[in-house]
Amino acid sequence: MQILQQLVNGISLGAIYALIALGYTMIYGVLRFINFAHGDVFMVGSYVGYYAATYWVSHFFPVGSLESTVLVFLISMSVCAALGASIEFLAYRPLRSRPKLTVLITAIGVSLFLEYTGQLFFGPNPRGFPPIISNKAVIHSSSITINMIQVVVITVSLGLMLLLRVIVMRTKIGTAMRAVSFNQQAASLMGINISRVITFTFIIGSALAGAGGVLYGTMYPSIEPLMGILPGLKAFVAAVLGGIGNIPGAALGGMIIGLVETFVSGTGASTYRDAIAFGILIAILVFKPSGLLGKREIEKV
Amino acid sequence: MKSYTGLLIAVVTIIGASFLAPMINPYILGRIIYIGIMISLAVSLNLINGFTGQFSLGHAGFMAVGAYTSAVVTTYLSTHGLEMSGMTGTISFFVALVCGGLLAAVAGLGVGIPSLRLRGDYLAIVTLGFNEIIRVIIQNVDFKIHGTDYIGGARGFSVLPMTTFIWVFLVAAVVVFCVENLVNSTYGRGFLAVRDDEIAAEAMGVDTTKFKVRAFVVGAFFAGVGGGLFAHSNYNITPLDFTFLQSIDIVVIVILGGMGSTVGVILAAIVLTTLSELLRSVPEYRMIIYSLLLIMLMISRPQGLLGPSTLGKLFKFWRKPVVASTD
Repeated sequence: MQILQQLVNGISLGAIYALIALGYTMIYGVLRFINFAHGDVFMVGSYVGYYAATYWVSHFFPVGSLESTVLVFLISMSVCAALGASIEFLAYRPLRSRPKLTVLITAIGVSLFLEYTGQLFFGPNPRGFPPIISNKAVIHSSSITINMIQVVVITVSLGLMLLLRVIVMRTKIGTAMRAVSFNQQAASLMGINISRVITFTFIIGSALAGAGGVLYGTMYPSIEPLMGILPGLKAFVAAVLGGIGNIPGAALGGMIIGLVETFVSGTGASTYRDAIAFGILIAILVFKPSGLLGKREIEKV
Repeated sequence: MKSYTGLLIAVVTIIGASFLAPMINPYILGRIIYIGIMISLAVSLNLINGFTGQFSLGHAGFMAVGAYTSAVVTTYLSTHGLEMSGMTGTISFFVALVCGGLLAAVAGLGVGIPSLRLRGDYLAIVTLGFNEIIRVIIQNVDFKIHGTDYIGGARGFSVLPMTTFIWVFLVAAVVVFCVENLVNSTYGRGFLAVRDDEIAAEAMGVDTTKFKVRAFVVGAFFAGVGGGLFAHSNYNITPLDFTFLQSIDIVVIVILGGMGSTVGVILAAIVLTTLSELLRSVPEYRMIIYSLLLIMLMISRPQGLLGPSTLGKLFKFWRKPVVASTD
C-alpha cells in the first residue's frame, strides 16, 4: 500500500464529505435538527451538473474548458440553493414550533421523496458523468500520482470552505447566523429576522452540497438517484465527529472519515467500508457525544 | 382478564381461518402471510417508537438477525436428518423462531445500551447505522459447519419454506397480546412515562434507562421472530432484504397508523401492504406516495391517520386508549 497515494485519495474524498457535512452542521446550528434530505440535495446537485454539462453548457463551450466547468458548478449550486430554500419553505417552516420528532419524520419523508422522484425523472439506471475536468496526471512518479481532478476537488473545496468562513465570520448575515445558533429567542429579540437567517442557511448549505455533488460526479463518474444516501450519512457522521453545529469541526470530521475510509479500503477490507463510518459514529456518541471540537451543552430542565 | 378473551377469540378465528387458507390462490395467500409478518414487525416497533417514544430506524437489522439465525437452525436440523414436517417440523420451527428472537433480543440489548444517552435524531441515525452494520457483517461473514456454507454472503441463503398462514397469524396475535398487555399493565406505564416526559418520569422514580433497554429488547425479540417467519416464507434471503429501506417501510406503517395505537398500526399494516401490492405495476410511484403521505401527515395530523382518539371511541372493547404524545 502506498501511504502517500492513499493520503491524497483520502483527502480528496474527505473534502467532498466535508462540503456536505458543512450543510448538516450549519442547519443543525440554526434549527437544531438533522436535515435528512441533505444527502439527496447532493444527489440532485450531481444530476443538475450532469444535465448542464451534457445538454446545455456544451452548446456554448467545449466540455472540459474552464468556462464550462465554472458554469456547471454555478448552475448546480444555484439550483441546489433554490431547492434547499423551497424544501425549508414548504416542508420545515410549517413545523417550526412542533416537536422534534415530527420534523425528523418530515425530513425522512422529504429525503424519500427526492430519491424516488429522482428515480422517476432521471431513471433508476446509473449514468456516466461527463468529463468536465480532465483526469490528466499533474504529478506522476513511482510512489504517487495526483491527477487534475484531485487537485480541483481539493482546491474548490478548500476555497468554498474559506468563503464560508468569511461569510460566517465577517458579514452581517453571518453574524446573524451565529447569533441565531447561539440563542434563537434572544436573537429574535435583538431584531434579527429568524426566518431570513434560516432560509439563508439552507441556501448556503444546499449550494455547498450542490458543489459537492458535481465534484463527486467528476471523481466517481457514475451517478444514480440513490447515490446521495451513503455519502449523506457519512457526511452526517463527519459532522457529529467534528462536533455538530461547529463549522471547522465539520471540515475536520469530513477529512477524518475520508481518510479512514480510504485507508480501510486500501488494506483490503473494502467490503467493510460502508460499516466503518457507522462504527465511528457509535464510538464517538458513546465516548464523546459532543464531538472532537464541539462544546458540551448542558441541558436545562 | 378481558384481553385473554381477546387472545382466545383471535386464536380460534385464526385456527378456523387456517382451514380456508388452502383454498386461496397461493399468490394472494403469500401476500396475506406477508401482511401478517408486517403486523408483527410494526406492532413490535410500535413498542419502541410509539409507546416508549424512542425513534428506531433499525428494525430490519433485528429482523435480519432473527431471519438468519432461524434459517441456520432449520437448515442445520434438516441437513442432520430431522424431518421438517409434522410434529418434529413444528417443534424445530418453533425452536428456530425462538432462537432467532433471542439472538435479535441480544442485538437489541447491544443497540439499547449505547442509545441511552441519545435521543431523537441521533438515536435514529445510530439505529440506522446498526442496521447497516448488521447487514454488512452478514454480507461478509463466512459461516461454515462441517463444510456446509450457511448464510451465503451476498449471494443469498436458501431457506426451507416453512411459514404458513397459521404460524404467521398466531405469532401476530401473540405479539399484539404481549405488547398491549405490557403497556397497559401497571409496570408498563413506565414505557409511556418515558415517552411523555422523561425528566418527570425520572423524578418520579421511574428507571428510564431500564425501560428504554427493555423496550429495545422486547421489540427486537419480536422483530427477530418476524424475521424468522419472513425468511421461511421466501425461498431465498439475501442481505439486501434487510436494508434500512425495509426499516423505513415498517416505520411508515407505525407513523401512519398512529404511534402508540396498536389498532391503528395493524390497520396501517394491512392498508399499506395492500397499497404497495396494488402499486406493484408502478413501483416508482409507491415510495413517492409514501413520502408525500409522511410529509402531509406530519404537517396536518402528526398523531397518525388513525390515532387512538378516533378508534378508541369506536372500539370500546380495545381497553383504555393511550393518548398520543405531545412531545
